[in-house]
Amino acid sequence: MTLSLPIYMDNHATTPLDPRVLDAMMPYLTGKFGNAASRNHPFGWAAEEGVDYAREQIKKLIGAHSEKEIVFTSGATESDNLAIKGIAHQYKDRGDHIITVKTEHKAVLDTCKRLEREGFRVTYLDVDSKGQITPDDVKRALTDKTILVSVMLGNNEIGTVQPISEIGKVTRERGVLLHCDAVQGLGRMAFDVDAMNVDLVSISGHKIYGPKGVGALYVRRTKPRVRVTPEVDGGGHEHGMRSGTLNVPGIVGLGKACEIAANEWEKDRDHAFGLRQRLRGKLEASLDEIVLNGADDPWRLPGNLNVSFSFVEGEAMMMGIKDVAVSSGSACTSASLEPSYVLRALGIDGEHAHSSIRFGLGRFNTEEEVDYVAEIVIREVRRLRELSPLYDLHKEGIDYKTIQWTAH
Amino acid sequence: MAYSEKVIEHYEHPRNVGTLDKDDPTVGTGLVGAPACGDVMRLQLRVNPVTNVIEDAKFKTFGCGSAIASSSLATEWVKGKTVDEAMGIKNTDIVQELNLPPVKIHCSVLAEDAIKSAIEDYRKKQSAQRAVATTAESAK
Repeated sequence: MTLSLPIYMDNHATTPLDPRVLDAMMPYLTGKFGNAASRNHPFGWAAEEGVDYAREQIKKLIGAHSEKEIVFTSGATESDNLAIKGIAHQYKDRGDHIITVKTEHKAVLDTCKRLEREGFRVTYLDVDSKGQITPDDVKRALTDKTILVSVMLGNNEIGTVQPISEIGKVTRERGVLLHCDAVQGLGRMAFDVDAMNVDLVSISGHKIYGPKGVGALYVRRTKPRVRVTPEVDGGGHEHGMRSGTLNVPGIVGLGKACEIAANEWEKDRDHAFGLRQRLRGKLEASLDEIVLNGADDPWRLPGNLNVSFSFVEGEAMMMGIKDVAVSSGSACTSASLEPSYVLRALGIDGEHAHSSIRFGLGRFNTEEEVDYVAEIVIREVRRLRELSPLYDLHKEGIDYKTIQWTAH
Repeated sequence: MAYSEKVIEHYEHPRNVGTLDKDDPTVGTGLVGAPACGDVMRLQLRVNPVTNVIEDAKFKTFGCGSAIASSSLATEWVKGKTVDEAMGIKNTDIVQELNLPPVKIHCSVLAEDAIKSAIEDYRKKQSAQRAVATTAESAK
């Protein structure tokens, strides 16, 4: 098989569209263009049929009890906003306290910050050096005023998986609602809303080989019945929880992506895990001073490899492997010049945060790609270390941490 | 972010990578930046003490492509200049030459700091040497 460049290994950022998803969507981008809310003609019926089927497909993937528990959104950022703000506003008479985690996605953290400005109180839990929290951390943070706990399934940067099911036992016991941003874990591990004890779940289309611009929020209807205050007002779509004409082709694509995930997640998991271990093994066999960021298996997303190549800055590294699409926790990849807040939350020092590279392996990656990537990564790390004054210090046996540096 | 051709050129073919003997009295060493900030530059100069001309320059940099390119360019520019001339190199000259975007201006600032710090180190060594020589002279 011939290798085609560039190689995509950034499957946490987005995933390519599965051709089967495109096939399912195509009729809804052409002949079946109707508005799903048009109840009085066949164009509307055809669109509604597609939407209903998608709800069924999503319901099956996550083990929901009713199609009515699925609310379509524009993506997981909106789902997170709707879940957290929607619960806060709906249950504000019951309490004003929310618990979340420092390593959550910005869609969760920034939503919580906005609620703080409205007068809500938010506890941001610390994580351990692997990025995990424990159910006890949640238990200790709960108060009589806590209305919601929001914890992600898998972390998008470091791949750490949180013990959602166990956290859910704690929240159930205390009658507090649990929201889970499942964007990164769904389709990569077993996920069932009852087994996980969750009440709200954010889902994204484009992280599971579906289209961009579509997502869903699962909102539990029984034991307990959960209500969210809508954030978007309008025609009262989605049982009044999210107004706006439904993105029918997107929804059909999301549904198909969920159906494929339900049928093939174990195959996908094994494939991504095999490739990640192959890549990790090759890098570790050839390079010294590389550090794995995040948790060990089984508490790690199968396709995630986040490593710091000590003494080599991440952006320089990405420039050296320009035919490979990856990400870095380096400050230089963002405008803020601050390194990744997720890595910092793990207590990882600045130098290692700047040296981190995230490889995201997925359904469409191959062993040939992994072998090619391993080879050029090893070559570039060696080249850039020859250019690194920190590597010189290391070879001289000097710990750079003992040097008085001037921050700039 | 797209890099300018000149940055890529320096990144792929950095000039004057290496190390000079930091204990040599004619060598000035500048080590600037901080690992926690993601940039460390070490720039070294060998100066002819008679003419004050920089005869050799070497660098090593931990940092992004723009930081590597800025320090690589700095070594090219200082060579053949007198110490005083080299003190006149401004970070804005580097920004212009490499077409650095605003978020990368700190790389050029660091390169200017590295040149100045290396020259200071050289001057310190030279005046220490002269002091030793003068003391030896007056002791005669």
